[in-house]
Amino acid sequence: MPQSDSRPRVMLEEFRVKNAPDDYGMADEKWNFKKFTKNFRIVIVRLDSFEMEFDLIGIQPAFANAFRRLMLSEVPSMAIEKVMIKNNTSIIQDEVLAHRLGLIPLKADPRLFEYKPEDATDGSECNSLEFSLKVKCSYNKLQSKESYRPEDLYENNNVYSSQIKWHPIGNQASVHKEADVSPVHGDILISKLRPGHELDLHMVAVKGIGKDHAKFSPVATASYRLLPEIHLTREVNGVEATLLQSCFSPGVIAIDADGRARVNDARYDTCSRNVYRYEEIKDAVVLSRIRDHFIFNVESVGALAPNIIFVEAVKVLRDKCKSLLDELNTL
Amino acid sequence: MFYEVYKSLNMAFYFILFNLPINFNLQDKWRLVPSFLQVKGLVKQHIDSFNYFINVEIKKIVQANEKVFCDADPLFYIKYLNAYVGTPDLEEGYNVTKPTTPHECRLRDMTYSAPITVDIEYIRGNQRVIKNKQLIGRMPLMLRSSNCVLTNKSDFELAQLNECPHDPGGYFIIRGQEKVILIQEQQSRNRMIVDEFKGAIQCQVTSSTHEKKTRTNVIVKNGKYVLRHNALSDDIPIAVAFKAMGICSDQEIMQLIGTDDATMKKMSPCLMDCHNMKIFTQNQALTYMGSKLKVKRYQAGNSRTPVDEARDLLATTILAHVAVENFNFYVKAIYLAIMVRRVIDAESNKAAIDDPDYYGNKRLELAGSLLALMFEDLFKRFNWELKTTADKIIPKVKAAPFDVVKHMRPDLIANGLFAAISTGNWTIKRFKMERHGVTQVLSRLSYISALGMMTRVNSQFEKTRKVSGPRSLQPSQWGMLCPSDTPEGESCGLVKNLALMTHITTECSEEPIAKLAWNSGVEDVKILGGEEINHPAVYMVFLNGNILGVTRQFKKLIRIFRMFRRRGLISAFVSIYPNHNQRTVYICSDGGRLCRPYIIVEKGQPLVQQAHLTELDRGIRKFQDFLKDGLIEYLDVNEENDSHIATVEADIDPYVSTHLEIEPFTILGVCAGLVPYPHHNQSPRNTYQCAMGKQAMGTIGYNQKNRIDTLMYNLVYPQCPMVKTRTIELTNFDKLPAGQNATVAVMSYSGYDIEDALILNRASIDRGYGRCLVYKSSKTTMKRYSNQTSDRILGPSRDANTGKVIRAHEILDSDGIAAPGEMVENRQVLINKQMPPATLNPVAQGQPQQVDYKDVPITYKGPVESYIEKVMVSSNAEDAFLIKILLRQTRIPEIGDKFSSRHGQKGVTGLIVQQEDMPFNDGGICPDMIMNPHGFPSRMTVGKTIELLAGKAGLMEGKFHYGTAFGGSKVKDVCNELEKHGYNYHGKDIFYSGLTGEPLEAYIYSGPVYYQKLKHMVQDKMHARARGPRAVLTRQPTEGRSRDGGLRLGEMERDCLIGYGASMLLMERLMLASDAFSADICGACGRLASRAWCHACRSSAAVSTVEMPYACKLLFQELASMNIVPKLTLKKYC
Repeated sequence: MPQSDSRPRVMLEEFRVKNAPDDYGMADEKWNFKKFTKNFRIVIVRLDSFEMEFDLIGIQPAFANAFRRLMLSEVPSMAIEKVMIKNNTSIIQDEVLAHRLGLIPLKADPRLFEYKPEDATDGSECNSLEFSLKVKCSYNKLQSKESYRPEDLYENNNVYSSQIKWHPIGNQASVHKEADVSPVHGDILISKLRPGHELDLHMVAVKGIGKDHAKFSPVATASYRLLPEIHLTREVNGVEATLLQSCFSPGVIAIDADGRARVNDARYDTCSRNVYRYEEIKDAVVLSRIRDHFIFNVESVGALAPNIIFVEAVKVLRDKCKSLLDELNTL
Repeated sequence: MFYEVYKSLNMAFYFILFNLPINFNLQDKWRLVPSFLQVKGLVKQHIDSFNYFINVEIKKIVQANEKVFCDADPLFYIKYLNAYVGTPDLEEGYNVTKPTTPHECRLRDMTYSAPITVDIEYIRGNQRVIKNKQLIGRMPLMLRSSNCVLTNKSDFELAQLNECPHDPGGYFIIRGQEKVILIQEQQSRNRMIVDEFKGAIQCQVTSSTHEKKTRTNVIVKNGKYVLRHNALSDDIPIAVAFKAMGICSDQEIMQLIGTDDATMKKMSPCLMDCHNMKIFTQNQALTYMGSKLKVKRYQAGNSRTPVDEARDLLATTILAHVAVENFNFYVKAIYLAIMVRRVIDAESNKAAIDDPDYYGNKRLELAGSLLALMFEDLFKRFNWELKTTADKIIPKVKAAPFDVVKHMRPDLIANGLFAAISTGNWTIKRFKMERHGVTQVLSRLSYISALGMMTRVNSQFEKTRKVSGPRSLQPSQWGMLCPSDTPEGESCGLVKNLALMTHITTECSEEPIAKLAWNSGVEDVKILGGEEINHPAVYMVFLNGNILGVTRQFKKLIRIFRMFRRRGLISAFVSIYPNHNQRTVYICSDGGRLCRPYIIVEKGQPLVQQAHLTELDRGIRKFQDFLKDGLIEYLDVNEENDSHIATVEADIDPYVSTHLEIEPFTILGVCAGLVPYPHHNQSPRNTYQCAMGKQAMGTIGYNQKNRIDTLMYNLVYPQCPMVKTRTIELTNFDKLPAGQNATVAVMSYSGYDIEDALILNRASIDRGYGRCLVYKSSKTTMKRYSNQTSDRILGPSRDANTGKVIRAHEILDSDGIAAPGEMVENRQVLINKQMPPATLNPVAQGQPQQVDYKDVPITYKGPVESYIEKVMVSSNAEDAFLIKILLRQTRIPEIGDKFSSRHGQKGVTGLIVQQEDMPFNDGGICPDMIMNPHGFPSRMTVGKTIELLAGKAGLMEGKFHYGTAFGGSKVKDVCNELEKHGYNYHGKDIFYSGLTGEPLEAYIYSGPVYYQKLKHMVQDKMHARARGPRAVLTRQPTEGRSRDGGLRLGEMERDCLIGYGASMLLMERLMLASDAFSADICGACGRLASRAWCHACRSSAAVSTVEMPYACKLLFQELASMNIVPKLTLKKYC
């Protein structure tokens, strides 16, 4: 296969993913700082408040994977950990209610808090946030006679995350604003109530990491994929060209004015490999992915911006390396 | 507009002109199924049968036993005028009743029952008195039967009664327990069955009338035909039997049986016999029979001659169902002749032997008919007791005249019925019938298990017998019984389940049918001779196994009957079918026949057409209308075999097809209907799923939070399956689901996935996958004793020194009952109950209140703590306090918990992996579950792979795909949908290893599969013991987890150790770790000594101590107690 550059590839064959024969994987490669700095690039493709797409180019999979793993499980975030149930007469069980509350993402910036020591009984202003939820359902006195919808019949028949109230402790009132620590989304349904049902809860949120519980993970998901590459080995024209086009994601294959297919942009191909279903054009393409080009996709849960989550992950890795070096130096 | 009319006219003209087949699109004919179920429901058979019993049959039973006389007073009588079953109520004290609801009965451990009242006319003194609405007993009510409070209630009203609208009903509530009377399968009664028994052909008839149940056989014995019956001590030659019935001449006998040469030849020895025995007249024959009667033991005083007895026997007991009027045995003789004829036919033609497993000869007994048997028995006993009290009391001269009403005890009938349903022991004295296990507790593990139980059919066959016939799937079960749903193991094939559309008939009256038959050219046999009856052109007509007459035009008869049935002029459940070999036409109107609806096909065209289905869709046509218009009819097993049924429209043959299947998936039952794409699976897998679907936890009903069951499993976040089936929608499984859609990657991961083990994603579990709630309840009653004492509950005890509440009582409220919301740990007290020490002897008057009450606390046992969900305080039927406590545990999946897909693929959790370690695909999706691909090749569950594909495509499209049996979404369409959304056509995606971060070499088949969490969880099974309790007698460790027992080193393990030669280890395991005992043995006499003193030798000189198992010492003592002296010979050890 003609390759213009020496970028490492992995071939997507019909029935398996195959490394190039001369490729032993990059694990054995000796790491060279100079070479790394020369090749390494980060390209931010898209960044909004909840989602980010960026490329890590010229890096070993071990590193890319480490960042992914760290974002998932070791970058801290705040989540409700303790729920004191003073009263719960709703049909939802105490444990289930507490579990649901725990999974509500909070806006609180974990960088401003410390981990709560394991032996500490009471939280302090620097390691916990206290919330409360007090809702009572009753009949709607102003109900119209016609409607039988629960929202018209009752008051507070649905409990939403926006009803969670923050109670600053210590100096928190001066440091944080309620809008900065409250749930990210106000429309998360916590429970449904009927007249006579009542919730009276006191909650404590602490800082934690995703390894401990998925609720502490700052990302909905953080993952990467390798950059797809499509290479046409021969000219594909006419009907075959349209067929070829249909085998890939929209915009991947373009057809020229003369009816010839060409690869327009392989980046957003989903690598469905459906082209192998057609004997006639099977031979015309070589599918591969660039092994050191990682297209990251980070979806934040809301507490931290996705770019910050990545930086935090780098910091976690740095700290881990540091502590390892420190340990080694003490030997 | 003119053009339109012209066009349509033109079209019609074309069709008429060229007789073009009109292409009806009956794609939507499955819509008939929901409309059928709307009318009939899934458990309608139970409810119909019970309704028939309480509204019709109970009156008939009372009428049949309407008069009670007494020996003491010839003028005295009681006459029952009518009987009624009322509406459900509870007795709140004497003569005070209160209407009740099923849920109240469940919670308060009461019986959901209604009073049985009668109108009676009787003699009091010398007056005739009529009393209306006299209570004679109580009838347990079936839920959703005609008298139940739940019938015809809207969902909202049901919710107010704390009842789930999807609950099928059809069960009883006896003392708070939900009991189902299982459908009982039986050989049909009053039918001739020809079978081969030990090489001899016999024709058997089990006659059953209200009074009697007898069995009559015609068998071949030494080349002669004989009549065998239980009431006779010996077989009666068949010719004698005929003569006893007044058919005296040999010619007449032969004419009845048949006058062809072969028959004559076969019959001649029998006739010869008769001559040899010198039996020529009826009287001689009856005398002969009289001499063969079984001597009755308790026959006192009755001085009837044997001849009379024999005549009576012949009239009422032998072939009891053939009625004999004025001792005119002619019809019975014809019947007997047919039996002989059948035996003769079967001798020369093995094909004439009936298949005992043929489902047309089976009848299903339902709650109604079983209760009718029970009620009649109890009613007879009730009347007999009235008679004996009348006999006893009337002769005594009394101030007030004898009033029989005062002696009517409703308890007898009420308790009899309650006890029968609650124990399941059906003892009918008059039939000498004794059956066990007729009822079962309704399994409320999941909604499907409850529904599955309502459709279960129990066979009377012995489970231990190793016969394959009754167990194997009979072709005649097609469409009636589910081919998949049967348990594995000993009751395989004996316990069956009804298919979705099966209906079980209730009996309908014979008279109009007989009348219709007479009018359609059936001639009475009474006026015909043998020659006419056996004429080759003549067909004999049977109605419910009884001879109705003969006809020359059987085809016309059948046609008329079917026409009348389709027009709705006779019951839709009357069946008629010919048997050409026997030259008979059978008409059936009895209860317990299986039948199902079919679309009628005439001249190659199904009568149901698109227009009808559109009307059905618009709601202006109901299933009943299809029936009324003669578009659809019910066929029972026998008539089904006389029809040509096309499975799909394309199969219709214009020349032979008579019916069209409504929808093929209805041959499966409720449980098998859950499986998506079952037609792609290996058949046993569907069977396994049928068993496992009943163990899956999920939702059991909308009222599950109001129930206090002893054990209840619920899923926290149940989901409707991504791949549904029509059956799922019809059974409302989508509204009461039991499982979750897990994203499954079919790949290997670590070594913890071998042998079907599953890998779970930690993050999925954290987010609520597989979370379940386990509810358990404990209850107690506060009894009041006969000596004026009663149980009591005390508040929490306090420690004398600290004044704090002791730990065991920490969770008690001040009333001594645990408070809701509290966490209970092992050995904590739930109810601090105390009992008085003496409950029998009356407390002496004036004695101070007893102080030494005995503690009988209700404690919580279990290694894992629970929470108190709710506490109920009420009173039960005995008016005692009833306290129920519901305990709750929330369980998170852990290693060892059992999961299963809907394809009989079960597995336990082998490993729980952090999300970051899980493989992920381009979209960043980590699977919830990893399944090892080795689960597929040998199991051949192709349906599961298709479910995965269809589920994945459904996710993309935002819709549910259907995996309905013999239909459902096509793989090709599903795959095209995947392709459309940029996924691989085959469902295989690129995954990256979560550990190395590099792409995996194989493409991974992944997508959502519906997984059920099964009730088997490690937490309920884990067990270990170091030291612990021992059995008192043997001093060996106790057995079983519940008693904290030891783990047995069994025989095979022992053999291993012996083989290995580890004798010291053996000694340690079998003796030291179990029941080591130092026994004193007298070396001189070899007997056991006691306290170093040998009683036999009167010395302690030779006594030495020997270590032996306590069981061994016990054995010696037991032997000694039986006068066998075991002696030990002791030797110096070193």
